[in-house]
Amino acid sequence: MKRLSSALAMLAIAALAAGCSSPVKLEEKTDVPIESRSPTPAGGPSATGAGSAGAAQSQVTAISVDKPAAAAVARIVYFDYDSYVVKDEFRPLIESNAKRMAANRSLRASIEGHTDERGGREYNLALGQKRSEAVLRAMTLLGVTDSQLEAVSFGKERPSVQGSDEASFARNRRAELKDK
Amino acid sequence: MRARLDPNALKSRRRCCAGLLALGLPSAWAQFRVEISGVGATQLPVAVARFRDEDKAGPNAAISAIIRADLERSGQFRNLDVAAALDETSQPALGEWRNRGADALLTGSVSRLADGRWDVRYKLWDVVKGQELGGQSLAVVTADLRLAAHRVADAVYERLTGDKGVFATRIAYVTRAANRFTLRITDADGEGGQVALSSVEPIISPAWSPDGRELAYVSFEQQKAAVWLQDVASGQRRVLANFRGSNSAPTWSPDGRQLVLSLSRDGGTQLFSIGRDGSGLKRLTQSSAIDTEATYAPDGRTIYFVSDRGGGPQIYRMPANGGNAERVSFTGAYNISPAVAPDGRTLAYIARLGGGTFRLHTMELSNGASGAGGNILALSDTNEDESPSFAPNGKLIIYASRAQGRDVLMTSTLDGRIKTRLLSSGLDVREPVWGPYNR
Repeated sequence: MKRLSSALAMLAIAALAAGCSSPVKLEEKTDVPIESRSPTPAGGPSATGAGSAGAAQSQVTAISVDKPAAAAVARIVYFDYDSYVVKDEFRPLIESNAKRMAANRSLRASIEGHTDERGGREYNLALGQKRSEAVLRAMTLLGVTDSQLEAVSFGKERPSVQGSDEASFARNRRAELKDK
Repeated sequence: MRARLDPNALKSRRRCCAGLLALGLPSAWAQFRVEISGVGATQLPVAVARFRDEDKAGPNAAISAIIRADLERSGQFRNLDVAAALDETSQPALGEWRNRGADALLTGSVSRLADGRWDVRYKLWDVVKGQELGGQSLAVVTADLRLAAHRVADAVYERLTGDKGVFATRIAYVTRAANRFTLRITDADGEGGQVALSSVEPIISPAWSPDGRELAYVSFEQQKAAVWLQDVASGQRRVLANFRGSNSAPTWSPDGRQLVLSLSRDGGTQLFSIGRDGSGLKRLTQSSAIDTEATYAPDGRTIYFVSDRGGGPQIYRMPANGGNAERVSFTGAYNISPAVAPDGRTLAYIARLGGGTFRLHTMELSNGASGAGGNILALSDTNEDESPSFAPNGKLIIYASRAQGRDVLMTSTLDGRIKTRLLSSGLDVREPVWGPYNR
């Protein structure tokens, strides 16, 4: 069941990636999404106008996913509630990714830890960090060098699925391996 | 209406008293609808007359309506209807106002100056004593008419309560609409919005510098959490911390010279101090647990923070330069997001009450040697509270919660009696933080 849902997640990611390959130049990606502003005088109409223009731009770069080819190996480890233990069922996933990276020292990856939506944002960020670091440790034990990996966290900020039921929570308690 | 209320009785009381008011402010870019609920222990009846010619300054400048809304939101005033046409030069028949139940009367006017600015004048009367309480003239550009109204409200508040008002201060918060995150700076009433940053990646944990000139925040725009500093007036920004791993939870020292951050650069999440210019990084905690969400006590000598070194997350405190930590929260298995009142005597935090209930609480801080705080009070009856932050006068707490399927901002008085909800249409609003007096 877990493997099936992982496979489904992969399919979903591949589908997203396919949908994302709109005719946008990659170089634009870095500049477009962030707009820093100096405050316009209190509540001027320009603030509203520029804000909505920014929202329109976001459509292009809103989704960040791996290249479809990279989805060939499963890359998401799911965790139990309040747990940072990499479960045995994810050992093959860890091993295949570790093997791939140990064989090619030029490969770099981020491990992104995530939590479900319950609790504070900063504490969840730290909990997600514990998950990504657990996966990092498991991979370095299998020969991947520390410098190839960076463990980071999105806390509860980037759920994989929306929903406030246990099934959704379970899908969101995860660590994702992403090529750099 | 002067009965003392148990916060738990608020809900039913609210229904039967119909104490839920919607103040529809006639502002063209009103982002929020403010709903006020609850009844204060004592509410001063005050009559705010329409400012003469206030409509000539445009739809954004209903000075008297802004003042009334400010006073109401504080929970300490009750507005009386005023039909009379008065301004600051009028000699009101105070006996009549006394008969109508007013304790104070505010009159004023708005007029255009030769240089295009506006002259906002007011006079405040003590109706009971039958004497004038002073007045003032504020010359402002059109864009600052709202600010002028807030400043008048602050003057009224201070004259009548003895405490400094916070209506002219600012708040920062993050909105989310679809996949766009926007860091906004607004007046304390949620109006007059300015966009500081807009991103497709999450923004969390904004923190005002003590001088009100800079915001620190966490942005995920580089696909990981990094701490940024941004000049509020110019919009110029720079990375303060983007070390290996996650960089988060910025908080400023009261002197504004350094910040404490949560960094995972050495593994785990630990507290570090860093100069505001990025110099002098120093590790403050040495635990194998999570240490995060640091906040300074107002004297700058103590840091309160969250640690799960004892199992679950609890609030601890330690000297600002590191050292022995003592546990502060002992009730419940999950206490996070500490905020210390400006007078250092109250700690606001979020406690999990089992399951998915996260509720705003306050605790009296003891000044003695013992770490344990006294007198704990649940301030809300909502279930998903987050991120409390004190107003600079210590009279209100702003926090995030959920209502009607949306992230909303709430304010509460320290006794939990008066709540306001800032409702926005179609936006999730979260991560509020109250700015200092300076702006």
